[in-house]
Amino acid sequence: MEKWLRSESVSKLADALLPVFAALAALAVGALMLLVLGANPFEAFGALLDGAFGSANSLADTVVKATPLLLIGLGICISFRGNVINIGGEGQMIIGALLATALGLAFPDWPGIVMIPLAMLAGFVGGAFWGGIPGALKAYFNVNEILSTIMMNAIAVQLMNFLLSGPMIDPVQAAKASQIPQTARLSTSFDLPRLIPTRLHLGAGIAVLLAILVYILLWRTTIGYRIRAVGQNRFASRYAGIDVKRQIVLALLLSGAFAGLAGAIQVFGINHRMITDGSATGFTGNAGFNGIVAALFGQLNPIGTIPAAFFFGALLVGANKLQRVMQVPSALITTINGLVVVFVVSSEKWRKTREQKRLTDMMAEIDGDPPPNPEKAVKEVGS
Amino acid sequence: MNQSPPTNAVEMQNIVIRFPGVLANDNVNLTLKRGEIHALLGENGAGKSTLMNSLAGLYKPVSGTIKVHGEQVSFNSPKDAIAKGIGMVHQHFMLVPTQTVTENILLGLNEPKFFMNMPKYDQKIRDLQDQFGLRVDPTAKIWQLSVGEQQRVEILKTLYRGANILIMDEPTAVLAPQEIDELMDTMKAMVDQGKSIVFISHKLHEVTTVADRLTVLRRGVATAEGIDIEGITGEKLAELMVGRKVIFSVKKKPQVPGDVVLEVMDVSAENNKGVPALKNLSLSVHQGEILGIAGVAGNGQSELAEVITGLRKCSGSIKINGKEVANQEPRKAILSGVSHIPEDRTGVGSAPNMTITENTIMKNYRDDPIGNRWGINFTAAQSHARDLKEAYEILAPSVRTQARKLSGGNLQKVILAREITTNPALMVAMQPTRGLDVGAIESIQHLLLEQRESGTALLLISEELDELLTLSDRIAVIYEGEIVGIIEAEGADINEIGLMMTGTKRSVA
Repeated sequence: MEKWLRSESVSKLADALLPVFAALAALAVGALMLLVLGANPFEAFGALLDGAFGSANSLADTVVKATPLLLIGLGICISFRGNVINIGGEGQMIIGALLATALGLAFPDWPGIVMIPLAMLAGFVGGAFWGGIPGALKAYFNVNEILSTIMMNAIAVQLMNFLLSGPMIDPVQAAKASQIPQTARLSTSFDLPRLIPTRLHLGAGIAVLLAILVYILLWRTTIGYRIRAVGQNRFASRYAGIDVKRQIVLALLLSGAFAGLAGAIQVFGINHRMITDGSATGFTGNAGFNGIVAALFGQLNPIGTIPAAFFFGALLVGANKLQRVMQVPSALITTINGLVVVFVVSSEKWRKTREQKRLTDMMAEIDGDPPPNPEKAVKEVGS
Repeated sequence: MNQSPPTNAVEMQNIVIRFPGVLANDNVNLTLKRGEIHALLGENGAGKSTLMNSLAGLYKPVSGTIKVHGEQVSFNSPKDAIAKGIGMVHQHFMLVPTQTVTENILLGLNEPKFFMNMPKYDQKIRDLQDQFGLRVDPTAKIWQLSVGEQQRVEILKTLYRGANILIMDEPTAVLAPQEIDELMDTMKAMVDQGKSIVFISHKLHEVTTVADRLTVLRRGVATAEGIDIEGITGEKLAELMVGRKVIFSVKKKPQVPGDVVLEVMDVSAENNKGVPALKNLSLSVHQGEILGIAGVAGNGQSELAEVITGLRKCSGSIKINGKEVANQEPRKAILSGVSHIPEDRTGVGSAPNMTITENTIMKNYRDDPIGNRWGINFTAAQSHARDLKEAYEILAPSVRTQARKLSGGNLQKVILAREITTNPALMVAMQPTRGLDVGAIESIQHLLLEQRESGTALLLISEELDELLTLSDRIAVIYEGEIVGIIEAEGADINEIGLMMTGTKRSVA
């Protein structure tokens, strides 16, 4: 049995590194594509690395890009652990941002030290609301959450477009003939504090701190235990007296809350106003979807999602430099993103096969053990 | 090929089948003579089904030869085996519930090609039925049939495909005693007409009744190969199966039951399809008493367990120690002292992907010292799980092992350990030993009797009459959602219970 434990720890290490190998494999395929496009892959990846990590500014940009991915990824860790699929990160991020922005615009004179925490809370609440609706629909009316969260994205975008070109529009723009749908700039006292003299702001610190808190939530609290139990087996959870419906709502609600917070941080840390080009991506930069990828890449572990989000942040920032230096479309990076997902998900299948083999080996070993003192059991029963 | 047909229908020699890390069959020989019923015995996991699946073309042996009617064969798929006249009746039926008997039998065949002239095929199937005495209406839909009738459809399916070698995988497991008798008659009729049958079972008395010869497997190795059934005693067979003497009767101590703990009055409930499953059912269980529920599967047993444990809505009244629990959330029932060993160990009784620790704390995760309203102390949880692992002799590498990695018996011990630690007033145990090997059955039954001795009221729902007779103080027979009789287990007549199980007889409680 000790032998088995030892081999298991080795295998576990291999499993943990599996996503890294998958990412390398994706980069290798990306290199092939670069060759086809007539670019030297080594130079290209050099440019990418330089773009992502080459200077304090680029490193800061990478972290800034990674922040919403991490926050949304944390929410995904919660909902996917509860076996609830949240594809609505985009919409939840938008609603969180709208609520936080509205608060900031409504009370421009409040001190930053009061407004910033309140705005973050508003983002959290807005996203929770937007995630809670599909959660309740799933729990109480059995509505498929994949469909409803996607639909909620579409609603959120239109709500944003409506608010930014109407009720929340910048008065300066409202006075113009060609109105740009955007809000006024938030009071500068509401800007998230910069950590160092770059674009790096407090949001990244908040996200990392929350990653640790989400880890504790999932593995050290009754709430996390219940969500995970429901995710693993709804029937067993109900049998054990857990209110399954409540956990489903809670999982989506929390998941949405983190996306909403990401939206608030995006506005208060980077944009300082909301502006729309009519699409969700214009505001979110696809973070609602890339966050899912980051969480999966981090094996749905909040701590693992930190480096995963950083990795995707680096790809996104490096892509710009890649485009400039090598004259290849930055869409290539989107492709590599997609390849990473394909490889990570496929490697999951491989991991499961290996685990199955370990399992059968272990069973064989255990079955080989003599049963624990059967004669004794018989005697006790017979006496 | 003009010589007279060989006397052996099947010869399997030195069959080796290996799964990753497991040697399922280790040089097993099996010879099936023409016109015999050959019993294949063994505990769960002994390799019986594996061996027969290789004969039915589902697995390919690593080494060894298979001859059918003297001709060496190598099957790549069940289709190849069917072509050689080998048909398998699986333990779990493979039928389409919304289609008729005839449609199910024709499923997957090349004929009819396009137009479905059903009356013609209905008649063909009736002819086949007459030949072997397998009565079932060809135009009936599968869902309208009893389990026994569905099994006949499965047998007809193989016969229609021209099988002359039939493999029956634990065919009696799902049947009532009378149905078992009918099945045995059918089997005899089939061998009289030249068919050969391999009969997989682990019920000793059935084997001695119907089989001519037998082969016994233990952990993939044959401990008896084709020995004559004449003169074999049940004790000898059991020894061949488990390799040690088995004491069959777990003895319960005489005990006077105490106050009423569970009182079910006029309870009616529907099953998942909205069909009435319980009809004005009443019963009561006392402290320190085991009330056995006997019945053929699907007569309302699952629903009965579910209404008591709060998992299913019902009408009527269910009281635990005088407190009404009907139509409450499962947590209410748990807090009222109801524990539950569910029928489905992996689907309901545990979360297979969670660890042993996480499974053992499912009901007390917020109780001191494991946790409180908000937090869980996993160190305390681990040590709690370790204590249970030790006390209940759960075989696993550690308490961090996922539940799905446990064998059936060990998983059942995890569930029992969790349920017993709640100090229940009432324990509802459904099929607690199904699918377990003899050793595990003994220890589970022993644990149930310990509960009885400590004053818990037990409602034991089982399809194993032997188990009910051994453990219960009283036995209630359920038929179509009603209790058709309650009798003392002491000196109970199996035949009488069998008649009540099939609804032929009622007895006043």
